[in-house]
Amino acid sequence: MADGGMVIVGAGECGARAAQALREAGWSGAVTLIGEESLPPYERPPLSKALMVAAGEPQVAHPLTRDAAAQKGIDLLLGARVAEIDREAHAVILADGRRISYVKLLLATGARPRRLAVPGADSRDVLYLRSFADALAIRERLRAGARLCVIGGGFIGLEVAASAVARGCRVTVVEVTPRILMRGVPAPLAELIARRHEQAGVRFRVGAGIARISESAGTVKIGLADGDEIECDVIVAGIGAAPETLLAARAGLAVENGIRVDDRLRTSDPDIFAAGDCCSAPHALYDGRRIRLEAWRNAHDQGNLAARNMLGGDQRYEAVPWFWSDQYEMTLHVAGLADQATKHVKRDLGDGAELHFHLAGDGRLLAASGFGPLGKVAREIRLAEMLIQKGAKPAPDQLAAPEVKLKSLLNA
Amino acid sequence: MSNAGWIETCRADEIDEEDVLRFDHGSLTLAIYRSADGKYYATDGLCTHEQVHLADGLVMGDIIECPMHNGRFDYRTGEAKGAPVCVNLKTYPVKVEGGRVLVQIG
Ligand SMILES: Cc1cc2nc3c(=O)[nH]c(=O)nc-3n(C[C@H](O)[C@H](O)[C@H](O)COP(=O)(O)OP(=O)(O)OC[C@H]3O[C@@H](n4cnc5c(N)ncnc54)[C@H](O)[C@@H]3O)c2cc1C
Ligand code: FES
Repeated sequence: MADGGMVIVGAGECGARAAQALREAGWSGAVTLIGEESLPPYERPPLSKALMVAAGEPQVAHPLTRDAAAQKGIDLLLGARVAEIDREAHAVILADGRRISYVKLLLATGARPRRLAVPGADSRDVLYLRSFADALAIRERLRAGARLCVIGGGFIGLEVAASAVARGCRVTVVEVTPRILMRGVPAPLAELIARRHEQAGVRFRVGAGIARISESAGTVKIGLADGDEIECDVIVAGIGAAPETLLAARAGLAVENGIRVDDRLRTSDPDIFAAGDCCSAPHALYDGRRIRLEAWRNAHDQGNLAARNMLGGDQRYEAVPWFWSDQYEMTLHVAGLADQATKHVKRDLGDGAELHFHLAGDGRLLAASGFGPLGKVAREIRLAEMLIQKGAKPAPDQLAAPEVKLKSLLNA
Repeated sequence: MSNAGWIETCRADEIDEEDVLRFDHGSLTLAIYRSADGKYYATDGLCTHEQVHLADGLVMGDIIECPMHNGRFDYRTGEAKGAPVCVNLKTYPVKVEGGRVLVQIG
């Protein structure tokens, strides 16, 4: 094995992109991509969507196949866990004892589902979703007529709920906070999304804490904090994900809601970078606030950026945060961070589709969110994203008016 | 001149400048573009990455950007402009006659 090149830990979306970006940027030395999972890098977003409902044999898409890796001269080590980083010697040590030395190292270790911490949560009927294997296990349990209880009204939980409805399951979603999608989605859109789920027959219990989970005679019971009980056949818990920081912390790298990196994605060790779901970075567009995203495009963009900076580039991470979620025939797109907005403007797109713009006190557009058919929402949010990137201060009455093209505001 | 293999699609004024429209013909889905300088182009309608309708995406200059993962193509040549898209789009000859956009698919 070629030593002394670029080493990437974590063969997920971000690691796979970074490995290829190193080649695209002209690096001809060794590239080693090390992943704990046995599958080549694959797309996670379909796991809760298309893969759950697909009629035939479930399949995943690979952003980097074994063949492509070989062709690009990327050493793909799968089923291999990095146990330790020897910063002094510039080497990673695998669980089986192998050492691989690096010139620069990228940590793209992702995140893992948070576990429910209530009595009975270790039940075999409580499932989590992160990997392909997780998705197959859940799919297997979502038989027509099965009663599914989703714990957590976030994206993954709601996508699983929508997929379960499509598979003929009866679905209840339990959320501890006062509404679904508390994190990242403004209230009026969350309301719209909840209505769509209710139309499909999904029942919601919001503001409901979980006290315990118990099992008897083949059914599972969720004991709520208020004393109520929900009976079901299977539980999917989607209560967020924790960044995978163990390796970094053990190596003495700074950790702060994820592996701490600067705006060049460098950790506290200049020869080690981190990117994707595992890291938190200061964001220039939001007053340098440290943010950690769990989003496909961020993993992709940061993978590209980290690769260029590993090769001596000096590019700043400043892309507008963006993510999507698909539920039923609808899609949700959110660009930017809305939490510090003081003014909210709605644009009605017809066909039940809405855009919401979120502005700062000084009129700057901070975020935009939209829910509706992809064809109505996607390009508008993309244009809004460009307005956000520019620091534009569009007039609220123009944002509200469907006949005013966002493209015209961009060129203004 | 023969019109064999040409199909009539949308009206020329149905597409804004620097915009795109979806047109289905049997099992074929096309994306038809009008550039900022008023020229017309046509490509396959589905992204070569994950089969998403490109007409739901955004046209910027000579680029169509896919709404799903922002894969970019030059819609004049079909050229894929980099990850996540690496397979070029098929393009089709286009002409405008009598206010209608004609595309040669055969
Ligand atoms: C079900 C699901 C649906 C999603 N849907 C959407 C969506 O609709 N829209 C959206 O924007 N985002 C979505 N996401 C989020 C998106 O998939 C993630 O943001 C993206 O996968 C992050 O990429 P990553 O490479 O940072 O991390 P990951 O994809 O998690 O990859 C990290 C990899 O590192 C490996 N690893 C960790 N530690 C080690 C170690 N010590 N040694 C070796 N390997 C290690 C892990 O096994 C893992 O394979 C979804 C995620 C899930 C799980
Ligand atoms: S589907 Fe078009 S870029 Fe992925």
